[in-house]
Amino acid sequence: MNETARLIADDPIWLILIKVVGTFAFLVVMTLLTIWAERRVIGRMQQRPGPNRAGPFGMLQSLADGLKLAFKEDIRPVMADKWIYILAPVVSATPALVAFSVIPVGGRVTIFGEPTALQLVELPVSLLVVLAAASVGVYGIVLAGWSSGSPYPLLGALRSAAQVISYEIAMGLSFIAVILYAGTLSTSGIVAAQQNGWFFALLPFSFLVYAIAMVGETNRAPFDLPEAESELVGGFHTEYSSLKFALFFLAEYINMVTVSALATTLFLGGWHAPWPLYLIGDGVLNTGWWPVLWFLGKTLFFLFVFVWLRGTLPRLRYDQFMNLGWKVLVPLSLVWICAVTAIRGIREADLLGSQQFLFIGGGIVVLLLLVAFLVPDRQPPEQEQQEPVAPLSGGGYPVPPLDLKVPESPRETRVSATSGTRSRLPEAGQEPTSSTKEAPDGND
Amino acid sequence: MLDPYIPLVLMFALAFGFAAFSVAIAPLVGPRRYNKAKLDAYECGIEPSPQPVGGGGRMPVAYYLTAMMFILFDIEMVFLFPYAVSADALGLYGVVAVILFILTFGFADLYVWRRGGFDWD
Repeated sequence: MNETARLIADDPIWLILIKVVGTFAFLVVMTLLTIWAERRVIGRMQQRPGPNRAGPFGMLQSLADGLKLAFKEDIRPVMADKWIYILAPVVSATPALVAFSVIPVGGRVTIFGEPTALQLVELPVSLLVVLAAASVGVYGIVLAGWSSGSPYPLLGALRSAAQVISYEIAMGLSFIAVILYAGTLSTSGIVAAQQNGWFFALLPFSFLVYAIAMVGETNRAPFDLPEAESELVGGFHTEYSSLKFALFFLAEYINMVTVSALATTLFLGGWHAPWPLYLIGDGVLNTGWWPVLWFLGKTLFFLFVFVWLRGTLPRLRYDQFMNLGWKVLVPLSLVWICAVTAIRGIREADLLGSQQFLFIGGGIVVLLLLVAFLVPDRQPPEQEQQEPVAPLSGGGYPVPPLDLKVPESPRETRVSATSGTRSRLPEAGQEPTSSTKEAPDGND
Repeated sequence: MLDPYIPLVLMFALAFGFAAFSVAIAPLVGPRRYNKAKLDAYECGIEPSPQPVGGGGRMPVAYYLTAMMFILFDIEMVFLFPYAVSADALGLYGVVAVILFILTFGFADLYVWRRGGFDWD
């Protein structure tokens, strides 16, 4: 039982209630602000203003949208399975809200004279709570698609579920190295273990895998295949409207906030102040309410990366996406876990001196490189050779020359002609390139 | 001193209450304008394709395979988590044991891979 657990265990019931309501309000407000920020940032990335009418900088836009949704007609398709159709949004939103409660937002503070820690729940198995909540959330998605009685939601739900469970494996495997070094599953224990160095530097591969998996897990671009509009309309929530749709939307954004906060907790030192700042005044910036600032800053950074990815990358094809999960992330994670376990075990057991350690490590790297060179490259399939090869030039069929030179634009020619200098035009004698000679040949 | 799970239960109750309230109030505050086409399955405007009553339909079998692979790997994770927590107590024996475990699992993994269990077309 660590210090945080002792502090939280002494909480009176009124303080627990304040924290519960506070966490809930924080998540809902974060959702509204994240939607607004996403639309603003993506607007800026696409050279348009984004929502800027409702409230200062359009900040109230998502609140207005949410209220509007509440007064829309609640449609239940005739083919839908009534009770499961109604239950699915609840099953989706509830675990999303619960998962955040194990995240440590800050260290020891005093609220109304009562010393406590800025964390709602401190358990010895906190990380499992997050994984469990994420798994239950999948039920909401599957049930929503299944109960709608419509093909697009069904396919979207299956895709979504397959995607979430595939990337949950990668996510869970990336936790293991962190747990190995922290020696505990409790989130506040992991934050405490990062006091002298954040885990993203110690375990860069785990961080990379988690960062990819968290985007896949939340069904966000470039992995937003369940909501691929051109293929599946809206995915599993196609048939939902009104507040039921709002709950799915809320769950998606709360999940984004939660995985970002978890990334902060596991890899970026949680609520610890960043490097130069914790030296000020003997670590005064790591006490009181300051940690909330660092925690929020790091979480918002991850949320910004989510939006940045959406603005930058195109959507993957489904088979590429599943290949990335099952054939790249999972096997490499297993190799990485073996490596971390072995290195750590050998260090702890003091079997080898550091010199021998380097020799053996170097030997393994050389061996792996040799194996990589010896394994033959994949042969191109036979079909390609059987296909009739198109004649490159001549041969009866008119084929345009493949190395055709792009002619200079007439506008540029005119500009250089009027300005009196002909230096920008290629002179006839200077560049007798092969391409200009071959061009007429191909057109004959 | 309370049970450490009490706040989690309270959070669950609040979250469930909020979600259930939202779902329950939605048909009460919104308008109701009957339209037969509106209640059909949405397929971008074409006539809805026939579906079995009460939801559900046919789906590619590859999803079942993915779900089964998920369960296998999840069980592997379930074994690795407790090891990671108590790695120090188990020492070198634990290291060797867990690497052998991952290797054994890796061979099964390779087999599924070779047989095309991870392939999508």
